[in-house]
Amino acid sequence: MIDAIDLARFQFAFVVSFHIIFPAFTIGLAFYLAVLEGLWLWKKEQRYLDLFKYWLKIFAVAFAMGVVSGIVMSYQFGTNWSVFSDKTGPVLGPLMGYEILSAFFLEAGFLGIMLFGLNKVGKKLHFFATLMVAFGTFFSAFWILSVNSWMHTPTGFDINATGQFIPLDWFEIIFNPSFPYRLIHMLMAAYLTTAFVVVSVGAFHLLKTNTSNTNSKTMISMGLWMIACIAPLQLIAGDFHGLNTLEYQPAKVAAMEGHYESKKGAPLILFGIPNDEEGRIDYEVSIPKLGSLILTHSLDGEIRGLNEWPRDERPPAEIIFWSFRLMVGIGLLMIAIGFASLWMRVKGILYSCRWYCRVLMFSGPIGFVAVIAGWVTTEVGRQPYTVYGLLKTVDSVAPIDALAVGLSLITFIITYFIIFGSGVFYIFKQFQIDPDQNEKFNNVLAERGGISYIVNALGRVKKTF
Amino acid sequence: MISIELIWAVILAFAIFAYIVLDGFDLGIGIIYPFLTKKVDRDMAMNSVAPIWDGNETWLILGGGGLFAAFPLAYSIILPALYAPLTAMLIGLILRGVAFEFRWKSKSKKNIWDQAFILGSIIATLMQGIALGAFIQGIDVEGRAYAGGWWDWLSPFSVFVGFSLISGYALLGSTWLIMKTEGDLKQLAIKLSKKFATIMLFAIFIVSVWTPLLNPEYFIKWFSWPFMLYALPVPLLVFLTSITLFYALKKQHNIKPFLMTVFLFLLSFIGFLISIFPHIVPPSIDIWGAASPEKSLKFLLVGVVIFLPVILIYTSYTYWVFRGKVKLDDFQH
Repeated sequence: MIDAIDLARFQFAFVVSFHIIFPAFTIGLAFYLAVLEGLWLWKKEQRYLDLFKYWLKIFAVAFAMGVVSGIVMSYQFGTNWSVFSDKTGPVLGPLMGYEILSAFFLEAGFLGIMLFGLNKVGKKLHFFATLMVAFGTFFSAFWILSVNSWMHTPTGFDINATGQFIPLDWFEIIFNPSFPYRLIHMLMAAYLTTAFVVVSVGAFHLLKTNTSNTNSKTMISMGLWMIACIAPLQLIAGDFHGLNTLEYQPAKVAAMEGHYESKKGAPLILFGIPNDEEGRIDYEVSIPKLGSLILTHSLDGEIRGLNEWPRDERPPAEIIFWSFRLMVGIGLLMIAIGFASLWMRVKGILYSCRWYCRVLMFSGPIGFVAVIAGWVTTEVGRQPYTVYGLLKTVDSVAPIDALAVGLSLITFIITYFIIFGSGVFYIFKQFQIDPDQNEKFNNVLAERGGISYIVNALGRVKKTF
Repeated sequence: MISIELIWAVILAFAIFAYIVLDGFDLGIGIIYPFLTKKVDRDMAMNSVAPIWDGNETWLILGGGGLFAAFPLAYSIILPALYAPLTAMLIGLILRGVAFEFRWKSKSKKNIWDQAFILGSIIATLMQGIALGAFIQGIDVEGRAYAGGWWDWLSPFSVFVGFSLISGYALLGSTWLIMKTEGDLKQLAIKLSKKFATIMLFAIFIVSVWTPLLNPEYFIKWFSWPFMLYALPVPLLVFLTSITLFYALKKQHNIKPFLMTVFLFLLSFIGFLISIFPHIVPPSIDIWGAASPEKSLKFLLVGVVIFLPVILIYTSYTYWVFRGKVKLDDFQH
């Protein structure tokens, strides 16, 4: 029989993973829309308005799914993790309150005007509404990442007689040590995720029509500038975030790197199979000393291994060793794609190189994979704690029955697959419309379903090889 | 005596009431949707709430988030106690929320998202009512945790409150349509409003008589001298408001029926507050016992004082932009 706590953990992992897909996309897309509308107002070029309208439809669907999956999140804390809520409420509650007041209302309040108001309020006010929605997504990320970071690196609090965390210094709580790194890392991840989707849709249509396709080219060009600039910066931000984690959560870093034994001059393990049971890594392939160089910026720096912690205080390396490599691998791929775009611009073959366009088309989802892999790394790496070092996950759970959690879990899984499956289907249907033909097709949707986007894409692969 | 805990209880009550009225009318549109048989009527009804439903639902998050921040103990007891109805409510809200976007994308004649919109709205409303009923009945507490069973929320009273709320939201929805539409659809909305008003008033009466019988403390407030004196204006005003409502419906007023319905909700809400005050988890925990430390309450109060007026201004602005009778061609994006 599975415990209520395992079911509750799985439920939270499921609903939060599903949820993060949408904000990761809409945080970037809201800013892309603001940039497009701004460019349209400034340069008065039709293509920017075309693209704005094109992506607005996708934003509407993605945002609705983000909202409804987000409401579920705000109730998860109470229904399944009530002890956590009681204990952390005085510290985390006000931060979430600020998120609702400064972000959720702002987004929701101006979304109606952004979606339906262009002909009602005039261009400038409409642009203002778009900006407010974009700022809303930013404020939302700010507060919720502050909450999450505090759970990783709690500061500025005291513990009262009933075991509640109570606030001492709000500045220390909000700007806790891991927060700036996490915020920057996540915002850049969101921008990259969106950029890859935009570029992928552009590449798809460029390959399909193969003519002078201005709107698709605009999408590809804008997205690739973003990728070329942000992807390398993301690597640097990730490195800083890693060093911060090494300082505050060394066990997590040990598990990410696959280090079980403490060592001076530790190697960088490229591949291997972590074995938590035996406390060692099997089939290790590594580069000597590089691990210490990266983490301590010195060839002989000491890295503490997982075996230094008691077994029940270690995060599971068997999961985060892999998720971390997946994230970093995608990050490196993003940098390569970005640099390649610069080189092709110089050569003048950015739009004519078909294999490169195909790579772009298939890279559409890699941002999402990297975001989820990154979150798995940091959240699983925080285990066995909810508030790092202070409150264990097993002590955070509500007094709940396995049956109730199990039933609600099944209900969430079924509903999410139907609802979000349909949403993704409609988004793909929209993607099938040529951004150059968008106005002609306005509200007359493509006859073929979203599946044919994939079928077409696969057909193209066949031709390539 | 005014304390910061009391101020927070008022803020929370305000957020919850704002939610009930605002999401009430757009959930109500979903409940009366089956009575709108023509596609154009359905499109109109949907368009009348499409730009604002999202903002309306944000008040629910403020209610939940505010409870978590200001009264974390209450949050951590009430939510597990109402586990099943709240989960079902969330599923209902998901179904209807996405229907706003999806129904325009689906090509099939029998639009499955119309069905999802109806089903989701009814489930969400029923479950909110059941949760409210279960809350009024009282929640079993031991130490700092919920001590009851998994089916405590289910009782004849809670189910009755659930169905009562369906009639109430339906009335909010139909009177909203009176305000936002013209011609045949408005006439249909008036007819529906008369029906739902009758049902709702009957439901208010039953719930008002039933509630004091649940708990001797409630009984004292409503039926003993001199407490009665404070409570008495509520039923009297309900009586006057319902007469005005029916008169306005008969005269085919545009806005009055909706306003009167909102006022009925306000009176019912005040009645509810009279019953439970000062408890936040009836019958055992009061607002002082559940409150966060002063430092938390003060910190977020600053945010409320700064942001709430601004929120009210731009929310009103959005309502102003989309004011008046709704037209079909305004809503393509």
